[in-house]
Amino acid sequence: MAYSEKVMDHFANPRNVGEIPDADGVGEVGNSKCGDIMRMYIKVKDNVITDVKFKTFGCGAAIATSSMATELIQGRTIDEVLKLTNAAVMEALDGLPPVKVHCSVLAEQAIKAALSDYYRRQGIDPVPIVGVIEECDHDHGHEDHEHSASCGCGSCS
Amino acid sequence: MKRFVYADNAATTPVSPKVFDAMLPFYKEIYGNPSSLYSIGGEAKKHLEDARETVARALGALPSEIFFTSGGSEADNWAIKGVAQALAKKGKKHIITSKFEHHAVLHTVQALEKEGFEVTYLEVYENGIVKPGDVEAAIREDTALVTIMYANNEIGTIQPIPEIGAICKKHGVLFHTDAVQAVGNVEIDVKQQNIDLLSLSGHKLHAPKGVGALYVRRGVRFPNLIDGGAQERGRRAGTENVAGIVGLGVAIEEACANMAQRNARLIKMRDRLIAGALKIERSRLNGDPVKRLPGNVNLCFEGIEGESLLLKLDFAGICGSSGSACTSGSLDPSHVLLAIGLPHEIAHGSLRISFSDQNTEEDVDYILEQLPGIVQYLRDMSPLWDEIISGKKA
Repeated sequence: MAYSEKVMDHFANPRNVGEIPDADGVGEVGNSKCGDIMRMYIKVKDNVITDVKFKTFGCGAAIATSSMATELIQGRTIDEVLKLTNAAVMEALDGLPPVKVHCSVLAEQAIKAALSDYYRRQGIDPVPIVGVIEECDHDHGHEDHEHSASCGCGSCS
Repeated sequence: MKRFVYADNAATTPVSPKVFDAMLPFYKEIYGNPSSLYSIGGEAKKHLEDARETVARALGALPSEIFFTSGGSEADNWAIKGVAQALAKKGKKHIITSKFEHHAVLHTVQALEKEGFEVTYLEVYENGIVKPGDVEAAIREDTALVTIMYANNEIGTIQPIPEIGAICKKHGVLFHTDAVQAVGNVEIDVKQQNIDLLSLSGHKLHAPKGVGALYVRRGVRFPNLIDGGAQERGRRAGTENVAGIVGLGVAIEEACANMAQRNARLIKMRDRLIAGALKIERSRLNGDPVKRLPGNVNLCFEGIEGESLLLKLDFAGICGSSGSACTSGSLDPSHVLLAIGLPHEIAHGSLRISFSDQNTEEDVDYILEQLPGIVQYLRDMSPLWDEIISGKKA
């Protein structure tokens, strides 16, 4: 398994690490059992992401995708951010090894979780706008892990 | 100052200069086929048999009981499948092993399970050591084989092999041990320790990759691995890897000659690294602190993930390994760490450092200088660490 130079760059020098104490939205996805947790903080003004920070527990790809995702949404309108897919995060990183694709899914979900939190704080139901962020039930009892994009951890089928 | 510290010797070792020099003539001058009559063939054959004698001597075996293979995995497969096939004909279709064997053993017995064998996977407990009493209790009328590793490849724990050997002998059950990590680090005598089959690998002890051996006690009936020519007494046909085998002979001789002295030095380095690393808060040592390989250190750091730890260590010039899911190629962390009872989230943050005689005290200093800062850096960006220190997670 080899990471692209971009992935290594974002792992070695992650952008926007940290917390925003007065964030307008905070989203956390993943599970420690699976080995990846991403927490994303956003500031929103006039429908634009004015600041974003992250904290991630996870592998090199998890940290790099978090970092890249923050760069991709910084200064963007919510409409633009909602259109951001995991594929775009992967493309911006010049690709990820197949076993690490779930990290990019997690990054997309972390952004959506932060936006959902933002809408909830405004008293707006986020589901019609952001959609449902699927929870992972982390069943590690099964032997063969089916790769699934429905959940960040990739072990849910 | 930045150093390069290779500390993953349980994965593989560099070929030692002495081994390398001993191998070279067999590529350049003595390249004859050992089965050929002319002088450079005969000479190759002689060195091949000398190496067999050396390997046999290191194990307390007879040269005729040593079969060269391509490595440890081949030896494990041959031993286990061979015995299983031979004894299934007598109605013996039960195998006893442990939960934390190397995959070369674990996946082999799992393949046999699919063919109708029953397998008992023994507990290894928190200290990572099989209880001989459990082996005895698991033996049945139809038990064909007990296969327990000599020393664990991840956490380095040394198993009570002589005790298990005695139990197997008492019950007339064949005993195989995967000694890939142990050879050269632990005193092995297959006769005294009642070992019927033993697997070893060259590249863990400064011989090249692609060579290993299987010891099979005289009188144990088992099938050929490769049919063809008369090589390895017809048991494993195919022209021999002469240079590799010669290298294995030199390596095993070197490893066994200075064992006590080398181990004393390694144990001192190991224990200093363990003591220093455990000063990092919420860290733990995996596996028994004393009954472990002289060069093995296996630690967990809560709140961080192993692969990112390895990458950061690599930036600092330190090569280690981890049992995290991300490095195991699956989504679960190492089966070894789960077998000793670690929860998933802690097992993800493991680090194995394995020294060989080529490492120095300066390497220990350098690792201890780099490690705490790297762990702290990753914890500072870890939401899991936030939860742990705020008390939300025990």
